[in-house]
Amino acid sequence: MAERILMKGNEAIAEAAIQAGCRHYFGYPITPQTEIAAYMAKKMPKIGGVFLQAESEIASINMVYGAAAAGMRVMTSSSSPGISLKGEGLSYIAGSDVPAFVVNVQRGGPGLGGIQPSQSDYFQSTKGGGHGDYRMIVLAPASVQEMASLTVKGFNLADKYSMLSMILADGTIGQMMEPISFEDVAVEHYPKPWALTGTEGKRKHNIVNSLYLNPEVLEQKNFERYEKYKAVEASEVLYETYMMDDAEIGVAAFGIAARVAKNAVAAARAEGIKAGLIRPITLWPFPKQVLKDAAEQVKAFVSVELNMGQMIEDIRLATECRRPVTLCNRAGGMIPSPEQVLQSIHAAVKGGN
Amino acid sequence: MAIVFEKPKALTDAVLHYCPGCPHGIIHRLVAEAIDTLGIEGRAIGVAPVGCAVMAYDYFTCDMIEAAHGRAPATATGIKRCRPDNIVFTYQGDGDLASIGMAETVHAAARNENITVIFVNNAIYGMTGGQMAPTSLPGQVTQTSPYGRDVNHCGWPIRVCELLATLEGPEYVARVAVNNVKNVKSAGKAILKAFQNQVDKKGFSLIEVVSACPTNWGMTPQQALKWVESDMLPYYPLGVYKDRSAAKEAESK
Repeated sequence: MAERILMKGNEAIAEAAIQAGCRHYFGYPITPQTEIAAYMAKKMPKIGGVFLQAESEIASINMVYGAAAAGMRVMTSSSSPGISLKGEGLSYIAGSDVPAFVVNVQRGGPGLGGIQPSQSDYFQSTKGGGHGDYRMIVLAPASVQEMASLTVKGFNLADKYSMLSMILADGTIGQMMEPISFEDVAVEHYPKPWALTGTEGKRKHNIVNSLYLNPEVLEQKNFERYEKYKAVEASEVLYETYMMDDAEIGVAAFGIAARVAKNAVAAARAEGIKAGLIRPITLWPFPKQVLKDAAEQVKAFVSVELNMGQMIEDIRLATECRRPVTLCNRAGGMIPSPEQVLQSIHAAVKGGN
Repeated sequence: MAIVFEKPKALTDAVLHYCPGCPHGIIHRLVAEAIDTLGIEGRAIGVAPVGCAVMAYDYFTCDMIEAAHGRAPATATGIKRCRPDNIVFTYQGDGDLASIGMAETVHAAARNENITVIFVNNAIYGMTGGQMAPTSLPGQVTQTSPYGRDVNHCGWPIRVCELLATLEGPEYVARVAVNNVKNVKSAGKAILKAFQNQVDKKGFSLIEVVSACPTNWGMTPQQALKWVESDMLPYYPLGVYKDRSAAKEAESK
């Protein structure tokens, strides 16, 4: 068995990124993810890598764009307001079909919001964020172990599909410590013939670009990109289910909310209520089928979220509104207690809110 | 018959999309000649801006990337930090470099990022149809300063070379022009030096090229070149604003 060490969530991401072969990190300070930058600043110079603190989030994501275009495993990390600023660069990276890995350790918003944990960037990460039609693979860890393993996974997937992948974490998982091990995901490598390396006079020049003034060509680029996204949807969905076999109440939650919800499901079971949990690990691609199938079985769904109700829309879409879906939430940096979730389960049993 | 002049190897055969009388073609050629002279085409990576030169990626034979508006120095930084042995240059206009990208410009200079920046200052936004630029002159009529640039309302044009020369960071900062043959020759030398500096790992070099925009200035090409001389150069004096290596050499003598 791999050695287990006690680590903070943010540091687990940084160490996993290094182990995944990332040698280039560009970022800008923002709470609650600064441990990632601090870890990189300490480690990168010692292993021949690059840590560079940029003048802004905008500059940092455009440095990532350059490094990604140069064919490197590269990442940046930030928190909600900083991710908004990175939106421009994310769109360019998506439009140029180069791979990059981004971490959002979410805090409450909108605006400057607060610095406590939140999940209110679900829409931003799964529906867009930057301009134009594009998708990112969005991974939602619920433990420090997953912060590490999904980071390696995130780099692998980004390279595999030559697209953006994002860890959508929150301040709680970023800050909490748990024992983890580092050998559970293999590092994969994919060729990058499009990379800017210099032609060395041996080939025609490579161009990394998102500009297509001919609308027919731009349309075709979009169609091709969405074919790639279809392949991701077909083969990269990740989720966990807990006590769903005979569940009559389906609780859905991701990230730290799923940790709370799991306790509530166990408490409900202790009371004889057949509750179960569906935890999407990929928020995009969203585990539509497991929810659709669950709709055949459960009487109602409860979506537990640290926001004003964002994933609930995808649950309703996936289940085609065949069962009632209620929201159990806190926002602005507050976290629901297992008791609050249990009350929502009770209400769902009774068929109300 | 002897060949006395030909297209540099570092330029593709693509037909330039620039307006008649636009000096971008000259400046592209000067950049390509510097690349040819140094024999660095195979390891050069160019960063195109958002602006009239947005399609520069089609014109240079080296590897190219198209950056977001103003972010070319950041994108170039990302590339250079990954591939320090490649020669990385940006080609940017005044709106791109001195307005939306001012932070990226200043900080790349402050870091003495080992890249070459070609900054084309024609005192107007060309691609979007002639709006006021951060370098538009006081009183200059543009689409968004239809009564002439009023400095009490929208401030003064920015002298980028003078501003960057206050920083410890950059290696070489110079302003040149392409309004006559003599100036084109000096511009070529300055651009060559800016690339040579990078090859020698000396750091950040920026060449501001005072250029013209006959179309959006509403002038003939000849009138535009005259206006460069009569109006632009008095506000943007030509010269070397910073040359750290030369200064060090002078000190040691």
